[in-house]
Order: sequence, then structure tokens, then C-alpha cells
Amino acid sequence: MSAVVGDELKNAILNEETKKVVVEPLVNNNPITLQVLGICSALAVTSQMSTSLIMALALTLVTAFSSAAISAIRKHIPGSIRIIVQMTIIASLVIVVDQILKAVAYDVSKQLSVFVGLIITNCIVMGRAEGYAMQNPPLESFMDGIGNGAGYSLILVIVAFFRETLGSGKLLGYEVFKLTKDGGWYDPNGLMLLPPSAFFIIGLIIWSLRQWKPEQREAVDFKIMSIAHGEGAQH
Amino acid sequence: MLNIIKKNEQYVKFCAALDKCEHYQKFLVYKNKVLALGNDSLEKTIAIAVALCLVCAVLVSFGAVALKPLQAYNKNLDMKKNILEVAGLMKEDTDIDAAFGEQIEAKLVNLETGEYDDSVNADAYDQRKATKDPTQSVAIPKDKDIAHIRHKAKLAKVFLVKDGDKIKSIILPISGYGLWSTLYGFLSLDADGQTVQSINFYDQAETPGLGGEVVNPKWRALWKGKKVYAETDQPALDKGSIEEADIGEPALALIKGSVDTGKMGAQHQVDGLAGATLTSNGVTNLVRYWMGKEGFARYLGKVRVKRANS
Repeated sequence: MSAVVGDELKNAILNEETKKVVVEPLVNNNPITLQVLGICSALAVTSQMSTSLIMALALTLVTAFSSAAISAIRKHIPGSIRIIVQMTIIASLVIVVDQILKAVAYDVSKQLSVFVGLIITNCIVMGRAEGYAMQNPPLESFMDGIGNGAGYSLILVIVAFFRETLGSGKLLGYEVFKLTKDGGWYDPNGLMLLPPSAFFIIGLIIWSLRQWKPEQREAVDFKIMSIAHGEGAQH
Repeated sequence: MLNIIKKNEQYVKFCAALDKCEHYQKFLVYKNKVLALGNDSLEKTIAIAVALCLVCAVLVSFGAVALKPLQAYNKNLDMKKNILEVAGLMKEDTDIDAAFGEQIEAKLVNLETGEYDDSVNADAYDQRKATKDPTQSVAIPKDKDIAHIRHKAKLAKVFLVKDGDKIKSIILPISGYGLWSTLYGFLSLDADGQTVQSINFYDQAETPGLGGEVVNPKWRALWKGKKVYAETDQPALDKGSIEEADIGEPALALIKGSVDTGKMGAQHQVDGLAGATLTSNGVTNLVRYWMGKEGFARYLGKVRVKRANS
């Protein structure tokens, strides 16, 4: 009997649909760079690689399990309380993750402070629940959660890489550049330790991604008028 | 394998018992009825909401209760680590629990009288919690509240580092407002109640790279050997009279730029943090507050008198 279950599981994991939901969010449909969701926590936790990794892991797990849970009961969720049902499931999972972090990784949980709790309000989790899990079976929804979590993680890791190396000359706490204050040559860029620097880095990532894949560019809402036809022409 | 079968047997028994249970059968009938209803019917909406809340509540409370002991242990361990750190006893391979138990004793000090208070169990006392409890704390008058903390606990939890019976150093809890956040930390003094050994802040959210440098070991090392009180203020102290145990106001402060060690009063000055004037002022204020008459001045005065007498 277990062989049958194993085969079914294998088929479910290896089919085209699951492959698509896992791979697509990495580059082609990345939650941060294309959907521009989850920016808040991407700014807040990326000053160090270690916090980013834990945050990425926490968000991926929450997205995957909440999508699976919501998908499992999707046929019985009353439309009028749909969003609050999703929120309740997400919030419960986030609280459990927060409690686990406090118990096993106390130092990291101290640094992440409120941002683990704020996964509840992270648009990626809600977006996947409403956009995918409500229409698809649990296993696919789970994989979709993993895929989107991985897309978020990828951007977080890239941002954290630049912020930690340029901001404090370290990576995962190990010295990469020797700082001038310790007698080395590198004068750290303090801006990199502040949240706005993540805006610049994410902006650069989005720009280069849209250069590489022009189909990701959004249609222009308003055309910028050229000076000759605008008010400037009168002078 | 045996285990699984045993579990299965119990499971079978459990199922049989459930089957006989009248309420469970009623519940099953009701469940099927509700699930068959249209998704937008009022009854189903309410039933789903209740069921979901129940399941989630059980999940969350189970997690919280099961993990509580581990969390409390971690929190406690972190606090002990900070205390050992400021006492200079923390090395890479230190066994935190053992080192703490052997060398450090927690004591409660009544800030009003400056005497030890042994009526409350010091190990279980949480000063930060007590500060928030109106029955255990007092409001600080606005004109005296230079550290901007508004309330202080009546009893402060200090730690004595002991070598046998002899006190090696005194670790005092300090807190106060910087630029963005309340800084919580410890100041460790030599047994003379005057010379600074070390300072550390275990909880702060100042600007990283600027005010956040309060945790930088290099800056913290500058505090070693600084004197809290001006020497001229305490002629009576070392004569050993408890009534005159007045050590004056603290003179220690952070200054702009670097300390000129040749100048008068350099023993009361510490380099300010570059680019963080407001955090530096906050640190000066909180040290002055806690070392002043509102804080530990009375207690430290008595410590010095006792030392002179013995």
C-alpha cells in the first residue's frame, strides 16, 4: 500500500504543474521583483545574512503550510468570511513559528523581533492563499507556497549579501573585508546598515531583471510629455 | 514494528469507544449535515468559524505551553550571559549556568534606603516586570527624570561577584532613553563602589553603526577604570559614618570627541559616540540618573562605609 502512496506522491511532485509552480516564482514571477509584495520585511531584516536566512525559512514554511491548509478546506470556506478564515490559519501558523524560534534560536528571534509576527501581514502569504490555494488542491498549493517562499528567499539573500558585506565587512558573521577601525583597509558604508539601502538594492535588481526579461516591464500608465509640446515650449 | 501495532491496538480501542459514544455519533451526524449545506448559508458560516477557531486555538495554545519551559530557560540564560559578560567572566567555553551559580549572587536593594531587602526572593524577582507594576514601582517626578523612564521599581536587582566571601565587583542594572529606544544594560563597579569595570547594553534599538555602537567592545573598553563620583565630595565617607554616607552626585559623562587624558577630570570622562550625540547624551543621563540619589547613590555610599569599617 505504501508503494502506491509513494508512486502517487512521486507523480504529484514530479508533474509539470508542480514544477511550474515551484520554478516560475524564482525569476519569471518573483513575488518581490515582479509582484512587488513583501517589501516591508525585505527592508527590515536584510542587514545581516543570518536573520535573512531565518526569516526566509520562516516565511517559506508559513506560506507552504497555510496554502496547504487553506486548500484542504477550500470547498467549505464560506465566501463571506473567506479572508478572515485565511487570516486565522496564517496567524496561527505564524504564532507557532514565532514560539518555536523563541525556544530554539533565541538570539535570532531577538534580532528579528516583531518581523516574524509581521509575516501575518506579509502580502505574499495572503496573495498565494487567495490567488492559488483557494482554487487548487493541497499538494500543488503546498508546492506553490514553497516556490513563492523560495523566490522571496532568493531576493532576501541577494540583498543581505550586499548589505552585510558592504555595511559591516562580514558575511554570516565571518570577516570578509578587514575594517579600518580594526586596522584594515575597508571603511564600511553605514547606509547599507539602514533599511533604505535595501530599496536601492531591490530597485537595482528589478531594473536589471527587466533589462534581461523585457516582458516583465509594465505597461506605461501615463506618457511623459516631451518638453517641446509641453508648457516649456512657450518660453 | 511492535510499537506500531501496539499503537494501532490502542487506536482501534479508541475508535471502538468513540463509536459507542452517543455524543460523538450526534456530532458526526451534525458534521455531515453542515458540510452538505450551501457554503453561504448562515449556519455553515458560523459552524465553520467556530470549528476553525477551535482548531487554531488548540494548535496555538499547545505550541505556547509546550515550548514555554524552553523559552524561559533561553531568556534566563541570555540574561546570565550578559551579567557574566559585564563582570568580565565570559569566555568562549564558559559553562554559563555553573559560572553564574558559583560566583554571582543576586541581591535586592531598596532604592529609598539603600539597604538590602531580603524579604523577597531575589532570584525570582524581575525588575523590568516590577517597573511596570504600580504596586511595586513609583512614578519619577518629571524634573528628576533625566533618564526619561517615568517609573522605577522600588527594589533593584543587583548582582555581586564574589570570590569566596569577598565581594569582587558590584553589577548594577541601568536603563534610560537614547534616541529611538530605551537602552537596558548593566554597569559593573569595583568593590569600592566608585571605579567602573565595564558597561554593556543587552537591549537597545539605536541606529546601527552610529548610536548602535554602544555595544561595540572597543568603545565599551574605554569605560574601564573611570571614576563615577568626584573624590572631593566624599571626605566623610571613609571615616565610616553611616549617617554621612553621602557620596554626592555622579560626575561621569560622555564628552564630544576624544578624552584628553592629561586634563583634570579625565577620569570622569568617556569618549562620546561619533555621529550619535543624542544616544551619547542618553547614556550620560542614564548613568547620572542611576548613579545619583534617585538611583544607587545611597546604596553605594553604604557599601563604601561598610568597606571602610571592615
